[in-house]
Amino acid sequence: MTEALGDAAVSDFAVATEGLTKRFRQQVAVNAVDLLVPRGAVYGFLGPNGSGKTTTIRMLLGLIRPTAGRHRLLGRAMPDHFGDVLPLVGSLVEGPAFHPYLSARANLVRLDSVDRHADPRTTRVRVDGALDRVGLLAAADKKYRAYSLGMRQRLAIAGTLLAPRELLVLDEPTNGLDPQGTREVRHLIGSLADDGATVLVSSHLLSEVEQVCTHVGVMHVGKLLTQGPIAAVRAVSEPRARVVTDRPQDAARVLRELGLTDVAVESGLAMGTLGKLAAEKIVAALVHGGVPVTGFAVERPSLEDLFVSLTGEGFNVSG
Amino acid sequence: MSAADLTPGRTTGPATEVVGAVATQVATAPTARPRRHVSTRFLRSELRLIFGRRRNQAGLGILAVVPLIIAIAVKVSTPRAGRGPDFFASITSNGLFVSLSSLSIELGLFLPLAVGTIAGDSVAGEANIGTLRYLLAVPVHRTRMLAVKFAAITIFSLVATVWVSLVGAVAGLALFGGGEMTLLSGTQIGMGQAVLRVVMAPVYLGLCFASLGAIGLFISTLTEQPIGATIAVVILNVMSFILDAIPQLSWLHEWLPTHWWMSFGDLLRDPIVWGDLTRGLLTAAGYALVFWLAAWAHFSDKDVTG
Repeated sequence: MTEALGDAAVSDFAVATEGLTKRFRQQVAVNAVDLLVPRGAVYGFLGPNGSGKTTTIRMLLGLIRPTAGRHRLLGRAMPDHFGDVLPLVGSLVEGPAFHPYLSARANLVRLDSVDRHADPRTTRVRVDGALDRVGLLAAADKKYRAYSLGMRQRLAIAGTLLAPRELLVLDEPTNGLDPQGTREVRHLIGSLADDGATVLVSSHLLSEVEQVCTHVGVMHVGKLLTQGPIAAVRAVSEPRARVVTDRPQDAARVLRELGLTDVAVESGLAMGTLGKLAAEKIVAALVHGGVPVTGFAVERPSLEDLFVSLTGEGFNVSG
Repeated sequence: MSAADLTPGRTTGPATEVVGAVATQVATAPTARPRRHVSTRFLRSELRLIFGRRRNQAGLGILAVVPLIIAIAVKVSTPRAGRGPDFFASITSNGLFVSLSSLSIELGLFLPLAVGTIAGDSVAGEANIGTLRYLLAVPVHRTRMLAVKFAAITIFSLVATVWVSLVGAVAGLALFGGGEMTLLSGTQIGMGQAVLRVVMAPVYLGLCFASLGAIGLFISTLTEQPIGATIAVVILNVMSFILDAIPQLSWLHEWLPTHWWMSFGDLLRDPIVWGDLTRGLLTAAGYALVFWLAAWAHFSDKDVTG
């Protein structure tokens, strides 16, 4: 984001950070991140474990102080307006956390009673409503200690629903949920978005994000590599034609003549980015040029390919 | 990437109406949720957490055992003069002295341990199980949180001392009866006056322990291990008693947090000798203020990563 954005434009974003940076001793956990979450978006905040997603979220919520940079939530500058803005923000940060010896209901009542903006007369109704929305009403009086990981995760989500929210920040909301629970959470995110809330959902699982998100941002080693509407991000990776032939140099020449860009040659392979060219014309041109074609394909990288190409393969935790 | 690339919108067809709905919301400032002003809800919630917890209930149970043991032990064998605190010898003459004897026995370790447990738990306990981040995200202002936590510690320490006195008084009156009380200075006062003084003693000590609680609150902001904070409080408490017992350090004694605790005995003189009691309350207030501010200075911009 640049200074050129006026105040009106700034308020279009539920989350807008500018050069947000966090350094822990020697390590830079978050490096000059300019996160822009438009109002009404479901923003998938992607990145491998340890890429700085949670640290960024902690900074957004004022739990940790940025080393540099600044940010706005719902159009208001932080940290000056935490008191006004955070009541409108529901958050789930790094897994559920509740008092183990209290029941689920008592835990939510506890959260509600520390909220100066909550009306004590409606606590019971709102707590039970939130429990109902995540399917925990029947287990409301069970001690948190006796909850399974999936139930704990649902309870944490219920905690974000105690009051009307304009922004939900959900850090790995489907962690520990079974496939059924994952689908319910996805559904819940969709319905919250339909109610007009902006949702920032972090995840290291692409499949769950791809289905609900309107926007994505990809973090890697503390940097935000790319962000934007999901279609735009995907469009970055244009379809490429792949020709299998025993004369790849000749094939590459034909591809260049046709106007393909980024033409590359490997042993037995020639590749090029299609652009606006119709794919079926390529094979005809190749045959016409006397290049024997043993295989031909047009490949469009999936979001997962894109993700891997941005963040690298492997299980190594970055940093 | 320009702002135009990021205009709100869903990629799927049917949701286009949502885009319009959101767009009308965009220009407006956040719809503020009205804030309620003075409320004791947070404090009451805090007290429910403290007194509702089994461990703490068991702790209060143990504190109550001491007055019972004293009362029964004295009943079955009259103590010889010259042994134990002054109050012991007077128990047989007025049961209320069980209350005072219990306080003098428990102020060395049991009561500081109880207050240290609650204080150590106050911030570190929440950090340890992760609820601290959710409290702060509600949001709870950090200064408000420390104020409420300290208020809860103070109330707990008053409840603990009053509880010990109450159990002592009830057990003592049951076994030895009440009536006129012969004070340490030798004069006699009526039952009403006696009860008043026996009530003042735990209030004085409760306020003294609250200052220890402030030290505990500060230590509790330094760690995510509540047990560690509790142990640190007990060590400081014992250290203070040890320093107080070394005559070569007499210049230091009046500044030690525990030095004036035994002065609650002055409530049993006629008239009440206020000098040391006042000094004790001022010392307690001083420690409470300094360590509450230290907790605030450390915690108000601390990174909460637990």
